[in-house]
Amino acid sequence: MTDISLSEAEPHLAVLAARAEIARSKGAGDARFRLLALSAAIAVLVIFAGVIGALLIGAMPAFKAFGASFIWTEVWKPTREQFGALGPIYGTLVTSVIAMLIAVPVGIGVAIFLTDLCPRPLRRPIGIAIELLAGIPSIIYGIWGLFVFAPWFQTHVQEPVITALDGVPVLGTLFGGTGFGIGTFTAGLILSIMILPFISAVTRDVLETVPHVLKEAAYGLGSTQWEVMWKVALPFARTGVVGGAMLALGRALGETMAVTFVIGNAHRIDASLFAPGTSISATIANEFTEATSELYTSSLIELGLLLFVITFIVLAAAQLMLRTMEARQGK
Amino acid sequence: MIANRALYMRRRLANSAFIVLSLGAALFGLVWLAFILGALLTDGISALSGTLFTEPTPPPGAEGGLSNAILGSVLMSLGAVAVGTPIGLFAGTYLAEYGRHEKLSFVVRFVNDILLSAPSIVTGLFIYEVIVVHMGHFSAIAGAASLTVIVIPVVVRTTENMLLLVPNGLREAATALGAPLSFVIRTVTWRAARAGIITGVLLAVARISGETAPLLFTALNNQFMSTDITKPMASLPVVIFQYALSPYEDWHALAWAGALLVTATVLVLSIIARILEKQKRT
Repeated sequence: MTDISLSEAEPHLAVLAARAEIARSKGAGDARFRLLALSAAIAVLVIFAGVIGALLIGAMPAFKAFGASFIWTEVWKPTREQFGALGPIYGTLVTSVIAMLIAVPVGIGVAIFLTDLCPRPLRRPIGIAIELLAGIPSIIYGIWGLFVFAPWFQTHVQEPVITALDGVPVLGTLFGGTGFGIGTFTAGLILSIMILPFISAVTRDVLETVPHVLKEAAYGLGSTQWEVMWKVALPFARTGVVGGAMLALGRALGETMAVTFVIGNAHRIDASLFAPGTSISATIANEFTEATSELYTSSLIELGLLLFVITFIVLAAAQLMLRTMEARQGK
Repeated sequence: MIANRALYMRRRLANSAFIVLSLGAALFGLVWLAFILGALLTDGISALSGTLFTEPTPPPGAEGGLSNAILGSVLMSLGAVAVGTPIGLFAGTYLAEYGRHEKLSFVVRFVNDILLSAPSIVTGLFIYEVIVVHMGHFSAIAGAASLTVIVIPVVVRTTENMLLLVPNGLREAATALGAPLSFVIRTVTWRAARAGIITGVLLAVARISGETAPLLFTALNNQFMSTDITKPMASLPVVIFQYALSPYEDWHALAWAGALLVTATVLVLSIIARILEKQKRT
């Protein structure tokens, strides 16, 4: 009887031991796997810190030479080693403002159309078509803007507008001068097309979270579609819409190739929006490989650092808003 | 009564205006899309030629193609995806499976979303400082590295999103059977989220295949066919940039042909990604 129980117990013990061994090896693998995942997550932080660190080190010579006045100096004379960021900063801000002024209302309009007004069978194709605008690479907007859009814009929009507004105070100055086709306004306009899909996609998402009962209640009280949208749905989705717009602004500020092609690359601040200008990203893209002196390169890197800081602030604000929106949905 | 009717008319008018304006907004977007794709097709197709895929970029006035640029783009994109995907996959896995509610994850998520939308030209400056300055010259490695920095955040974001969609019941069932967590992740959650993760990688490839700014001062350009990754390498976007801004007509034509190729690649990749995503949902 003891013999039998032993012979039965032995394989049993062996199996248990084998299982324990497997569990131990898997457990060790488990720890390694976790470590791998953790280090990959930390790698993301390292890249971010690396970007800031590299830009800070690269910008040091320029910072030592010009100090904080770099930011508000307009001079940009590579031959005399004098650099100031005001021109590019102005260009970046003005093109982004133009882009936002056009893309925010239009983007919200597209989102409203797609959520509430569009016939159901057309919703998907039109939605995809608008999203395609976001998929087209920025260099394509650039080459199209330079060869196709700018000449068309020059003859069909700029010249009539300049003639019509000539002599009108303020507007005559803003839209005056000579129409070259390319310039600050053209860059802003093309940017607005590029960021339009971001705004409409986010707005669409948040509009879809508006509870149906809320809208139905408003319709029940006799509201028109416009009143329901403007007084009920949009206020409900406000945080998300603003967050989406900020996200788009972050894109517009840092957009490089499309702007580089059409802004004209002139380091001066002109009263007219039709005049050629430059932006931070366009200046870097155009001049970096040509920069011969250390100070020149360093000034361009400091421009990059400024751009990164500006977009960081905008994108961080966008994220906070979108997170708040998500958290509210979760409740 | 009359006042009421006036009010009613005003509200109806405002509503009609609103409907017309939103319709106009949608048309505005569609018109631009048609305008861009139309120009791309007319100028791009007329510039397509048999030598496009077989000849390298020519000097002005000579016959040539884009073969070196196409090869360079493919090589650098492959390199970026090969390095960026595992890092992004593991980081996304950490966020979704290990530290879902940890402080570290909150910070990583925040930083990752910033990197996702950060200007790509800054990425180029970063790699220039870190790699190009130390190597002493431009190289394909630096180009691939700058693209990797763009791939990682895209893969992290989609991986985390897709893993979060996997029902917890699956994880609990596998764990209850005695499987260690790493085993559960590899054989259950990754597998359940596979289509979504592949979608993320495809979107990342679509994103980098048109990226120009980060390559300008990392990989630069190369007039000749080259597979040496320690030397400058041509890429489609950079060739488009340089040729489009040149004064030569035949270079413009090549730039348009390149633009058509890049756009077609990006659109095909996005369509495949979209189909995969749809399959996963059904």
